[in-house]
Amino acid sequence: MAEIPESLLRRSAEAKAKALGLPVEQVLAEMKGEAPPTPPPAPEPEPASAADPEAEEPTVPEEVVAAEEPESIEAGSETVVSPPEGGSTAEEGSTAEGGEGAVPAPEPEKEMVAVAAGEAPAASLPEAPAPEAPSAPNPPDASGNGSGNGSGNGRKAALVATRPVVPAAGTPEGVRTQRLLTVVKARAIQQVKTEPTDKVNTWPHLMLAEFSALLAVTGVLVILSIILQAPLLDPANFNATPNPSKAPWYFLGLQELLSYFDPQIAGVTVPTIVGLLGFMAIPYVDRNPSTKPSDRKFAIMLYTLFMAGSATLTIFGVLFRGRGFNFAYPWQDGVFFDDIKDWVHFE
Amino acid sequence: MLEKLKTRAREMNERLRGSQLAESILRPGSPFKKGYSDSPRNRSYVVMNNVLYHLHPVKVKRHGVRLSYTLCLGGLSFFLFILLTITGIFLMFYYTPTGELAYSDTAALSTSVAFGSLTRNMHRWGAHFMVLTVFLHMSRVFYHGAYKPPREFNWVVGVILLLLTLLLSFSGYLLPWDQLALWAVTVGTNMAGFVPVMGDQVKFLLLAGVEVSAATLLRFYVLHVLFFPFVIVIFMAVHFWRVRKDGGISGPL
Repeated sequence: MAEIPESLLRRSAEAKAKALGLPVEQVLAEMKGEAPPTPPPAPEPEPASAADPEAEEPTVPEEVVAAEEPESIEAGSETVVSPPEGGSTAEEGSTAEGGEGAVPAPEPEKEMVAVAAGEAPAASLPEAPAPEAPSAPNPPDASGNGSGNGSGNGRKAALVATRPVVPAAGTPEGVRTQRLLTVVKARAIQQVKTEPTDKVNTWPHLMLAEFSALLAVTGVLVILSIILQAPLLDPANFNATPNPSKAPWYFLGLQELLSYFDPQIAGVTVPTIVGLLGFMAIPYVDRNPSTKPSDRKFAIMLYTLFMAGSATLTIFGVLFRGRGFNFAYPWQDGVFFDDIKDWVHFE
Repeated sequence: MLEKLKTRAREMNERLRGSQLAESILRPGSPFKKGYSDSPRNRSYVVMNNVLYHLHPVKVKRHGVRLSYTLCLGGLSFFLFILLTITGIFLMFYYTPTGELAYSDTAALSTSVAFGSLTRNMHRWGAHFMVLTVFLHMSRVFYHGAYKPPREFNWVVGVILLLLTLLLSFSGYLLPWDQLALWAVTVGTNMAGFVPVMGDQVKFLLLAGVEVSAATLLRFYVLHVLFFPFVIVIFMAVHFWRVRKDGGISGPL
């Protein structure tokens, strides 16, 4: 299990603190392993003796976490499926999530969900319970300790059968005991492919941002179009070559290159090999799996240099090339670029 | 009197929203539907049951909603494409791609067509915007390392989309048929002549002749209004689909 995000941890801690009646900070520190676990308020039963009935409900605080914040918590594979009250939403929801591997094929049973979602019983049980142990007591703090440790993978999870067995001698009447059936690895039963992520509803959170951006751009474009007239020069005339003739601005970097290098290099090699094939090949050349900027300084430097170079060439081509595509200062000789000629003035 | 009118209006509204017509048009979860309530289930339905919003998943990662992560650049590129399609269709009503009429039709847009000048300006500046946003979107994706597995192929599709955007813009550049258009395209297509081995053939195919002519105008017109939009829509569909299939937005860093 990867590092659990701080926000998720805090939410989980809040839920647990609410359930146990402890201060949030204390629970949070416990979960991070910065403080020793606090014994739960209920008196802990002697492990050797038979467990009490409360032991059957180790998953309760986990359920609280999942149900309380339907918008943001998506722990493991289970809560991806449906919004809490969405009866029929479930099946459409999973497809809409683009569910590749999000939902494991068999619907897991409740105990197993606990293993996957909160690794609750797994973490709290002894590392490797002896198979011949007559009973594996499941103390009531099972759910508490496990929920934040994040070390469920690889550990052994014990499936504890809760059906009553013949009470051992000395067990009070009416107390159900538990019997260890088998010990399985947590991974073996259920593969958790999705890691816990913090998600929000597209509507309204993403839609709001998108519509605002869309309106803003439309507004800017309309105002710009009212102020600035698109260029329309004299009718096309094959016999009057303007001096200089310039390509559209996004090709001006290339035209600038053409004035330095042989056309075979500047007109063909750079745009197709570097510009097109090179860019397409980036993901296959850059094998560094990290996305952290600090891990990919070289890639970032290379890209930034390339972009800065292109921008320089383009600006140079737009502003600093005059008659005959010779060097010119825009503030002395004027701007030789018809797209912006009308609205860039150097006095 | 006013109170009475208000009550009547409210009743009317209720009746309209509950009518069979409204019921049949609005899918479950529509915020305009009668009895809509803001619940997690309805929030999911809004996205799921709308043909346009369906591009999005029901839920997105929290960090992806922050404007500072994507700056909406991909979405804005798509939006500008739609805007250019709408304004472009408008312009097509008034434009004839022939050597005799192209220039005068373009000039007439500014003088004798209602909103012609505004639409043409929006089309032109919007095209520049789109080239910019696509470039910036690519840079954003690069700096976030979002092209890394499993998103390699979508990066390749994105580079193709950039190329198609440039081609769309470039083919539209010729259509006003003024001096700027003619000679910019001449300079641009001269570069195509430097393609090794088959440079002249490529240039001939592009220009429908050995140099820019009225035939080139028709060729660029068809490329601009039909061929490139057709191809770019296909690649955009793949691009958006892969964004979803590759696990949504990348990150967080």
